[in-house]
Amino acid sequence: MSLLPFCQWLSETRLSVALHESLWVYPLVESAHVWSLALFVGFAVLLDLRLLGFSMRHVPASDVALRLLPWMIGGFVLMVMTGLLLFYAIPVRTYQSVFFRMKVILLALAGVNVFLFHSGVWRRVAEWDRDPVPPKSARFAGALSLVLWIAIIFAGRMIAYNWFDCDRQPQPAIVNWAAGCALEPVGPE
Amino acid sequence: MTLLPLFEWCETTLVGQTIRDSLWLFPVIEALHLVAFAVLGGTVLLVDLRLLGFLFRPEPVARLAEDARPWQRGSLALALASGSLLFLSEPMKLYYSEPFWVKISCLFLAILFNFTLHFRLTMADERRVGPFWGRLAAVVSLALWSGVAWGGRWIGFSG
Repeated sequence: MSLLPFCQWLSETRLSVALHESLWVYPLVESAHVWSLALFVGFAVLLDLRLLGFSMRHVPASDVALRLLPWMIGGFVLMVMTGLLLFYAIPVRTYQSVFFRMKVILLALAGVNVFLFHSGVWRRVAEWDRDPVPPKSARFAGALSLVLWIAIIFAGRMIAYNWFDCDRQPQPAIVNWAAGCALEPVGPE
Repeated sequence: MTLLPLFEWCETTLVGQTIRDSLWLFPVIEALHLVAFAVLGGTVLLVDLRLLGFLFRPEPVARLAEDARPWQRGSLALALASGSLLFLSEPMKLYYSEPFWVKISCLFLAILFNFTLHFRLTMADERRVGPFWGRLAAVVSLALWSGVAWGGRWIGFSG
């Protein structure tokens, strides 16, 4: 099932048009989205560095997590809300952007990583809380999170570029497939 | 004296031309710049929120700042390096961009402040200096770095 009709409907709602055409609101929302990077991703990186044993080694890992968490939740809420608004302002093009699709997949992977970390090695955190260098699976989760977030930033930034947009044909078949472009059937006649 | 000739010369550099002529170099460097921004922003927030007393209170400011320092300097270096490359690719556009001058002024002040007064206050004995000066330094630092970030984001909107 394709979400394209839904996105088309979204793009025709009044607020979406207003957001899209606004001189100030769209840039402000986007700036806030970038700001949330410092708060959420910046702090996630600090936590990842602690899990890797690269930083704040003398502070118990659970302490680092618990103290950063309220700020990270705030940053995450800001990030998701502004992100949804940015999508709402340009629904069809964003939905059909290969970079946006990549970003959604990477975000889902980051979520899975957090879930596995929490249901795994984090349950036994009392055993390694004060270790300067946490156990291997915690280090792995930290490293994976770092890689995923850097990739998410890259994918997110690339959404702005129209290299692979559906209205720029011809594109390789794999691009059209990945972007879900609805192409006019081409052939004889 | 004007900086215009300098900017004009930057426009002719090989590095600048290479980035300008490439389809993907600018976006990739820009994304790197954003990664650096995230890490730099995170470490700045960590230290300044601690100075304000909002975060990590049981942890001494000096130790937290020391932990954050290598990552802060590393990400600052990456931001400056990637930022310089971005600059070389479009100096004339930037010369006439107001947000760029806001950003550069704030950046100059932020770095100056960070390496002098702010640095000393994070290293000072908290009981002797009292929390007021630390809080003030945090507010100034946050204001200056915010100016850098807003200015930077607005360069793109004012094209």
